[in-house]
Parts: sequence; C-alpha cells; structure tokens
Amino acid sequence: MNASVEAVGLGKRYGKRWALKDCTLTIPSGRVVGLVGPNGAGKTTLMHLAVGLLAPSAGEITVLGDRPGSDPAVLERLGFLAQDSPTYARLTVRQHLQMGEWLNPRWDAEFAAGRIDALGLDPSQRAGTLSGGQRAQLALTLAVAKRPELLVLDEPVASLDPLARREFLQTLMEVVAVQGVSVVLSSHLIADLERVCDYVVVLVTGRVVLTGDVDELLASHHRITGPRRDPASLPSSQQVIEASHAERQSSFVVRTSEPILDPVWTVTPLTLDDLVLAYMRRDRDAVASTTTGLAVAR
Amino acid sequence: MIEFHLDPTSGVATYQQLVQQVHQALQLGLLEPGDRLPTAQQVVSSLAINPNTVLKAYRDLEREGLVRAKPGLGTFVVGRLPRTDPVEQARFRRSMAAWLRSARGAGLSIDEIEAIYRTAIRDCLGEGVA
Repeated sequence: MNASVEAVGLGKRYGKRWALKDCTLTIPSGRVVGLVGPNGAGKTTLMHLAVGLLAPSAGEITVLGDRPGSDPAVLERLGFLAQDSPTYARLTVRQHLQMGEWLNPRWDAEFAAGRIDALGLDPSQRAGTLSGGQRAQLALTLAVAKRPELLVLDEPVASLDPLARREFLQTLMEVVAVQGVSVVLSSHLIADLERVCDYVVVLVTGRVVLTGDVDELLASHHRITGPRRDPASLPSSQQVIEASHAERQSSFVVRTSEPILDPVWTVTPLTLDDLVLAYMRRDRDAVASTTTGLAVAR
Repeated sequence: MIEFHLDPTSGVATYQQLVQQVHQALQLGLLEPGDRLPTAQQVVSSLAINPNTVLKAYRDLEREGLVRAKPGLGTFVVGRLPRTDPVEQARFRRSMAAWLRSARGAGLSIDEIEAIYRTAIRDCLGEGVA
C-alpha cells in the first residue's frame, strides 16, 4: 500500500504539554481522509507537522515519501489550506491567481481560470470583499491549481454556512474525481465529513484512538440492545467500545468481525457520527479516570 | 437515467445505499439493460460524496453481473434482477395478512408483532447481522 503520510512515535511538545503524543499511523494515498477530534485534540499540530510548518519533538513523519520541510521539491507536491482559508484581503481574485502562477512551477492556469469562472467570481474583486464561502473557494482553487499530490485542509468548512459548506465539498470532490489527488481534511464535526471521507483518523487529547476505512468500520461496529448484562458476559470476539445500562436494559457499542447471533440482542447499525463519538467518549473518560487516579494516589 | 439520494441517518454505508438503489430500480423496472448509470462525476457533483464511493458501488454491481463499465462511454446496465411474479407476490401478501389478523386476534400489540417479525427474519434469513 502506498502511504501519503506515515508517522512513527510522532510527538510535539509545547513547554511541558504534549499537543500530540506517540502518534503512529499510516494514511494510504488516493484516499479522502477525515481527521476528526474535539477542539485541542492535536489536529492542527499534526497537519502542521505534515506540511513542515512544525518540526517534531519526538518520532518521525514522512509525507509522500519525504521528511516534510527537508526539501523544497516536496512542497511543490503539497497543497495546504490553513484554518479559515486565508487570502490577501487587498489583492484581487486575479492577483491571487497571478501570484499562484509566479510561485508554483506546476501551476495549472487553465484550471484556475475555469474554476473562478464556474464559481461566478469577478476577477477584479478584492478578496477582502468576498463572502466567507467565496473566499474559501478561492483559497481551495489556489491550493488545487498548484497540482499537488496531497491536499491538506485544516477545518476548511468550519466557518461556512451549510450551503457554502456543501458547495465547497462538492468542488473538492470534483477535484478528487478528476485529478485523483489524496486529501486529508480535519473537522471537529464528523457530520461535515461523513459523505466525503473514505478513511478516518480520530484524535483525542493528542492521541490517535481510531483509524480505518469508513466502510470497514461501519460494517464491524454495531449497537446491541437487550436485557441488562455485564459486559464481561459478552463473547470475547465482541470488543465493547461503550456500555450504558438502564435498570433492566443494557446497550453496547461493540466491534466484531463476526455476526451477532444471540437472539436476545436487537442489533442496529451505527452512523459514522455515533461510532466516532463512542470512541471519543471512551478515551476522554479513560484519560479522566487516570488523572483522578493519580490525584487520589497523591 | 436514475438519480441517487442518500439517507445520512440510516447507518448503511453510502456505497451500499447506491447499490441498493440500483437494485430497487431494476426490480421496479426503472432501469433496464442498455440504460446508462450516472457517471461518477455526475453523482459526485449532485451528492457531494467521495468518487471512490461511487466507483466502489459500481464495482460491486459489476461483480454481480448487473452493470458493465465501457471505458470512455460510461457504465451500462447489462443484467436483470429476477422480478418475482406479481401473482406470487400477492399470494404471499395475502398469507401474511391472514397471519397478522390472527396475531392481532390473539391480542398481540403492533410492537410485539414487529419484534416477532424482526427476530424471525434474523433467524431464517440471517439479516440484521452485517
């Protein structure tokens, strides 16, 4: 398998605090990867490490087979869109495209012009007067027209209204369909990414808690509901991700590759949203309980 | 040509939803051999979904022998799904209705009947497990 991003024991420390810790993951190329996690989970840190804006405090990361920041040639193959789609407020749309052409050897002027035209943007308008959605589309156009092999987008739709969000993702997916570029995009809302991602990486408090192909994850996770049970009584092939109990009823989110045959259980499928939230809660609670444990020990 | 739609709350993987919609269209006669499916790019533009998802669905349909991709032309329907004889369908609907009436007559609630139906489907047909 060809990897677009590979990290081994990767960590980044700010002072005493680890923003990202012991992160080992392989992101296959040719995929649209959703990087999901609550605010402060380390998503931006991981992306900045991937594009070479930060250097690791521990471990290693390779992107498109090279260490980020080691060689300017790697930058040509990378497209990066920082949070809130930054543009130059005083430059016009046309000037943005000219700048893109001067700065990028692989610049695709035809694509850029066609995209601006399709979006109905006025080339002589200053970026500062564009709407949030238009600005995001302009920034995406710039990132794509440099013809990268990997596109890294940090919270690209967080500040957009639902319509602009949909249009942005539509543009992005058309680009994926036509150019076959690999994409990593982050969001704290999985619902934003559910339609577009075929691979997810879930980060909680600086650690990777789940990675995998979306369809495989959906096929192997189920919610089962039935009479109250101790999780330990479930077959060993079923890994319990989350358990909740009412007086007489138990409900579990389980991961299993085998069919659930016990007729006492009502089996319902999970949405990607449910699934990711179950992992986030589990790992947040695990962190909380170790911290309290320490406090008591002292 | 058919148009796809998505139910984001179903918990059914997106590619499976596309496969199911083609199956249904074939069963209902909305699609017939020779018809062209929307291109991946058309589906991507209308639903804002990942093109890999569309290709995966089409590959599944191709494996089932229902469609074939002709390079440069598109993906075409080549197979049919067996459509049960409408008379047969009606016969089963009648026997189901008789069963439902007798269950109601015995005092079972609608919820109970649904629970029995779901369990029976799972026991006999192995559904409800992915």
